[in-house]
Amino acid sequence: MRKNSTKLIFLAVLAFICILLYAFYDIKGGFDYAFPRRMIRVSAMVVTGIAIAYSTVVFQTITHNRILTPSVMGLDSMYEVVQTCIYFFAGSMSVWVLNKYLNFGAAIIAMVLFALILYRFLFRADKHPIYLLLLIGMILGALLGNFVTFLQVLIDPVEYLSLQNRLFATFSNVKADLLYISVGILFIAFIYGYRIMGKLDVMSLGRENAMNLGINYDRMVMNVLILSSVLIATSTALVGPITFFGLIVANLSYQYLVTYKHSVLILGASLIAIIALVGGQFLVEHVFELRTTLSVIINFIGGIYFIYLLLKESRAAG
Amino acid sequence: MIEIKGLTKRFGKKPVVEDVSVTIEPGTITSFIGPNGAGKSTLLSMVSRLLEADTGEVLLDQGNVKKWKSSEFAKRVSILKQSNYLNVRLTVRELIAFGRYPYSKGRLTAEDEKFIDQAIEYMNLTDMQDKFLDELSGGQKQRAFIAMVIAQDTDYILLDEPLNNLDMKHSVQIMKILRKLVDELGRTVVIVLHDINFASVYSDRIVALKDGKLVKNGPTHEIINSDALREIYDMDIPIQEQNGCRICVYFNSHA
Repeated sequence: MRKNSTKLIFLAVLAFICILLYAFYDIKGGFDYAFPRRMIRVSAMVVTGIAIAYSTVVFQTITHNRILTPSVMGLDSMYEVVQTCIYFFAGSMSVWVLNKYLNFGAAIIAMVLFALILYRFLFRADKHPIYLLLLIGMILGALLGNFVTFLQVLIDPVEYLSLQNRLFATFSNVKADLLYISVGILFIAFIYGYRIMGKLDVMSLGRENAMNLGINYDRMVMNVLILSSVLIATSTALVGPITFFGLIVANLSYQYLVTYKHSVLILGASLIAIIALVGGQFLVEHVFELRTTLSVIINFIGGIYFIYLLLKESRAAG
Repeated sequence: MIEIKGLTKRFGKKPVVEDVSVTIEPGTITSFIGPNGAGKSTLLSMVSRLLEADTGEVLLDQGNVKKWKSSEFAKRVSILKQSNYLNVRLTVRELIAFGRYPYSKGRLTAEDEKFIDQAIEYMNLTDMQDKFLDELSGGQKQRAFIAMVIAQDTDYILLDEPLNNLDMKHSVQIMKILRKLVDELGRTVVIVLHDINFASVYSDRIVALKDGKLVKNGPTHEIINSDALREIYDMDIPIQEQNGCRICVYFNSHA
């Protein structure tokens, strides 16, 4: 246990150094202009990092699977559907695009509604096995993805370029007001999460053992599914979809902090996420000089790590 | 007291357990026996609330188990299923500490530690309490899981084929410990067994199921005789007495 707290402190220090570096390194053209903007970006990365790390760890606990991420539920596709429909039906100059609140609100509400309808009303998560739900989520995700592609083919090419910017994760044009709302949502999720940490630990023993120990397992699965949907929806609406990221940070956290305690795992994954995002963005801006984007790097490294995990799992199974 | 009243469970159209009524006597070992697919595990799962019955009810102290609060029920009845595969890496002691969750909700008190120590000692796990579960043999792992259930300190302990994959020595060890739990600590054990001789030697009462229906229910000596066994297993099984134990010699019976 003491070893883990040392590791967590190490991660926290590293995350802090990354944040300081990003905030103060090579500030040009007026401190008063650049610093607040950098702080907003850093905060956006911290919020997104925590939301994705948190939702992925809890999602993997309830699915008992370490190579799944909440995006298999089709939430990313839902985000693309919302944005594409807005550009298709209303156009890039409409109030739905220009008004940030409206766009953010529409995206987040659509994604959470999608998850709620799917898991609460259509396929009650407490009545069906979770793999059936995931499968349905995946299939719906693919369906929505195809629908999006169909609309994108019909859309005006200029509009499409503008839409494409929306569909890639970016931290450079995050609005401060939206950030405050996201922090609020994250805070509520944290209060709920704090109360269920112990239950999550027990749930990692599997359904039967958890039920034996007095956990209302099926209800908890549904609550956690909705919790992780809200978190993913928030981060996606804020910066756009980041696919592999949660997978990397969650698994690095399991490997680095060998424990079953979710309080430790989630904290570790969140810190790793902050280091990766802020440190990565620092590299993109100052080493690669914006010749590439962070999401490209993340998906590249994430893809390689994913293949590594698959090989490792298949070797363990064989 | 646990009363099972008219329980039925169907998977699809096929009834797996059909109209079974049994009363579990406190302070005894009750064995559920019967051929494969008789519904023994399903019945045990319904008693422990892992599965919901289609019709019928299970009463714990006259209260329907569905109405019990999960956290309170976990202090009275514990269940251990067959598969002990874990996705997380735990030490023996960490696993056993989970047995205290219904009481401590994850924050162990000095009293919890006492129960954990007792359970470890009871299952002879003192030497290996800090080892990881994946470093243990099947028998040691099984003992660790039973220790978790002992630490849970419930009146009723339900075990689904705990002797699965264990050699003779470990099977005997575990049955002896269960006997001790009943005789010394006054617990009630309900156990699904495949080996009829373990049921004969160690249990007080036997409940026999066949094709989802209850065929026999009574004290062990009433069930372990060739007539009753023929009805349960469709086999002629000679019985031999050995030091007061009835042993079923089924190995070369006509099947």
